[in-house]
Amino acid sequence: MPAVSKGDGMRGLAVFISDIRNCKSKEAEIKRINKELANIRSKFKGDKALDGYSKKKYVCKLLFIFLLGHDIDFGHMEAVNLLSSNKYTEKQIGYLFISVLVNSNSELIRLINNAIKNDLSSRNPTFMCLALHCIANVGSREMAEAFAGEIPRILVAGDTMDSVKQSAALCLLRLYKTSPDLVLMGEWTSRVVHLLNDQHMGVVTAAISLITCLSQKNPDEFKTCVSLAVSRLSRIVSSASTDLQDYTYYFVPAPWLSCKLLRLLQCYPPPEDGAVKGRLVECLETILNKAQEPPKSKKVQHSNAKNAILFEAISLIIHYDSEPNLLVRACNQLGQFLQHRETNLRYLALESMCTLASSEFSHEAVKTHIETVINALKTERDVSVRQRAADLLYAMCDRSNAKQIVAEMLSYLETADYSIREEMVLKVAILAEKYAVDYSWYVDTILNLIRIAGDYVSEEVWYRVIQIVINRDDVQGYAAKTVFEALQAPACHENMVKVGGYILGEFGNLIAGDPRSSPLVQFNLLHSKFHLCSVPTRALLLSAYIKFINLFPETKSTIQEVLRSDSQIRNSDVELQQRAVEYLKLSSIASTDVLATVLEEMPPFPERESSILAKLKKKKGPGAVSVNELEEGKREGGELNGGGERGGDSSAIASTPSPSADLLGLRTGPPVTAAAPSTGSLLVDVFSEAGVNDDGFLSTQVSKIYNTVLVVFGYFNKKILHIVPLNDLSERELVTINEQTPQGVFVMAPFLKMFRALTCTILLGLGMALLENVDPNPENFVCAGVIQTKAQQVGSLLRLEPNAQAQMYRLTVRSSKDTVSKRLCELLAEQF
Amino acid sequence: ALSVTVQPRCKIIRFILIQNRAGKTRLAKWYMQFDDDEKQKLIEEVHAVVTVRDAKHTNFVEFRNFKIIYRRYAGLYFCICVDVTDNNLAYLEAIHNFVEVLNEYFHNVCELDLVFNFYKVYTVVDEMFLAGEIRETSQTKVLKQLLMLQSLE
Repeated sequence: MPAVSKGDGMRGLAVFISDIRNCKSKEAEIKRINKELANIRSKFKGDKALDGYSKKKYVCKLLFIFLLGHDIDFGHMEAVNLLSSNKYTEKQIGYLFISVLVNSNSELIRLINNAIKNDLSSRNPTFMCLALHCIANVGSREMAEAFAGEIPRILVAGDTMDSVKQSAALCLLRLYKTSPDLVLMGEWTSRVVHLLNDQHMGVVTAAISLITCLSQKNPDEFKTCVSLAVSRLSRIVSSASTDLQDYTYYFVPAPWLSCKLLRLLQCYPPPEDGAVKGRLVECLETILNKAQEPPKSKKVQHSNAKNAILFEAISLIIHYDSEPNLLVRACNQLGQFLQHRETNLRYLALESMCTLASSEFSHEAVKTHIETVINALKTERDVSVRQRAADLLYAMCDRSNAKQIVAEMLSYLETADYSIREEMVLKVAILAEKYAVDYSWYVDTILNLIRIAGDYVSEEVWYRVIQIVINRDDVQGYAAKTVFEALQAPACHENMVKVGGYILGEFGNLIAGDPRSSPLVQFNLLHSKFHLCSVPTRALLLSAYIKFINLFPETKSTIQEVLRSDSQIRNSDVELQQRAVEYLKLSSIASTDVLATVLEEMPPFPERESSILAKLKKKKGPGAVSVNELEEGKREGGELNGGGERGGDSSAIASTPSPSADLLGLRTGPPVTAAAPSTGSLLVDVFSEAGVNDDGFLSTQVSKIYNTVLVVFGYFNKKILHIVPLNDLSERELVTINEQTPQGVFVMAPFLKMFRALTCTILLGLGMALLENVDPNPENFVCAGVIQTKAQQVGSLLRLEPNAQAQMYRLTVRSSKDTVSKRLCELLAEQF
Repeated sequence: ALSVTVQPRCKIIRFILIQNRAGKTRLAKWYMQFDDDEKQKLIEEVHAVVTVRDAKHTNFVEFRNFKIIYRRYAGLYFCICVDVTDNNLAYLEAIHNFVEVLNEYFHNVCELDLVFNFYKVYTVVDEMFLAGEIRETSQTKVLKQLLMLQSLE
């Protein structure tokens, strides 16, 4: 048993601890503890008052028992009593107990606060510190209320001892963080800032933490700290090693204080005052110079302390991003560290260089190290270092090195840790898109991603490749060919099947001429994967099949055979069954024209912000993806289609975890989800921004109107409905398709009925069909129709919302050509 | 200007832990509110994370959305949990500074010293760290203060 010091022996405690350590089993330990607890309980309840020493000893034992992991439900009162002792050792134990076992009993809180108050006003620095430490450790609201006014006064008072100032500064910081509304700096601001000039370095060390925090919240009020910080830093950096005796650590003057000063300066932009700025730049240059000098000691503590300052200085240089000379020098210094024998330094250099890579001044300098970084990616043994290398490659990537970097990252992916794969995949996808000049390279890269790390290729990534292929005519054939080849692999990832299914469904015709990829071959290839796939993928494949029927009529009977089979039309999954049934029906009854219209090639997607970047940002947290990067992503994304509007609700959507998620901010993606069509979905949804059915497959509504029967049918693509008027179709047959029951009929008020009749006539006169029981509001009119023009057919939807009271109406028209919408609106407005 | 701003993050030491290889905690100092279950979980996680590392690893580990700076001294792991944007080397040496003080104060400190004098270890910690920040870095000053306190009744 080690000797205990003479001041506060507590032999009984030492014996107890020994006993516990000697217990051979958990049960024995518990037994011993319970015995002691009983003993202490009886002592506390006993008739004769315990002396301070005993109380201290027992409270300390209780604390020990608590720290072993056992709950303590008594002793607080005795601990609080110890606070009023005038013996340091007793107070200390009392304060320690209540700091560790914080209690919310209001009576105790009152007593504790009283004791603290007494100690704070005791003028005994040791007691004052004990009290301040307690407040700093507990930091409760009640303490803040009681003392937030007092502590600033103590902090700046002329007669306060240095050690008390140190504790007061940090105590105030704690209170400010937990109860900022109670800490009013106002009158104390300048004097607190002035602490930066204190001759006691410990006071400065403590005060600077407080000032840093305060200046983040109130930069203007505290901005005078900048010049003081620069002076202080300058004095430290240029000091000889014999100054600052007590604060020199392994030949490095005041390393922690230097770091804190540099950190404080990062809360502000570069100093405006020329003299201050000059001094600071000189300082930074000195720090960089020192890094090149031979070390004063071989000890790792020396180099760590020195480099701690260096890295913080580099952070400041990066933060300012305004001194090209410093940035380049920093980059070079970090470049040296990349090959240092110490893993810590290589790690930190990679990390720091990552931020340097985004500065225009140092970007090129960073790029010169690409080979070293690639080497690190391949050879570093600590996975976190490899990850920093990957991050740096990502950050230094630009047009000149994109192909090389993407290739390296792909090869790294093959053996990468599972925990980092998803992030790597996102990054490769982003780089491939951003720097693609040749989109076939892009397609190859994404398909490689799926091949190498298919499980980690999230929806955003493969939605994006489809979107790009759809939008770019020049790569469609290549994509079809490549995906066809990729699918030949005996075991290919399900994501590959999804991408392949979609692309072949859209562009399979581009490779159908070659007998090796004839329509039937394509179909068989896809269908061979069918049974291996999950429901959403199968749903996608079914859609691909119906598209094949349209593209390749010769496959019709084969595919219908498949659709007709029991495993499809009686599939237990509702979505698959519905698709099989409806596609089968569609293929049987629709004429080739109609089929071609319904299954027309997907139109180009409008420009939206890439959700991949948003996903990466979410993964890594704020600050991981620079705003620059996001903005660039938006700009670059515009290249895709020659510009276009930004997605309005993309941020809102990104936060909703819908399974068919976020095709680049579009609310719907290619029809792949297995979500069952909601029976309540209405045609009217098309008009509203909210409440859109995410499912690609819109449920159908049947309305028998006059002499035209309309089936509204199709994929919910970009909120435009392909409307297919079907003539000569009996209601019964239609009902078979969708098995929906029409809604009930409402009774309308007589005068409204007349108004309705009038409006109906007008609308019908247009040649549109009036749809009843579609809008939940019975007063509204909803129409649908197809405008036949010489060039094309334009589907249109219309909603008229009259407000009889206000004598106003709202007319909404939606069609697949916006010029048509406008014209219709104008025409109708004349009528009404 | 580069836009990776770090300011709004809460830069504070979350906790300081001293654990032995078996996972027994010799000191746990918390600077943020965690309830007892969370504390236990954190202790276990930290132990799991640091004990599998060896010389080829860095002294920094990403941990949840913080990071841990740690160093092993004989059978004890000294861990400081800080913000991801904090200065790794500065805290690595803060640990060393602290260990040197303990060493001086307990005359070649060993694990048992920390067990039997656990209540004093808190005093040492509070001299050097407070409110999740570094409070005092001068070994001379800290030791002087500790010896003075030692002499008090």
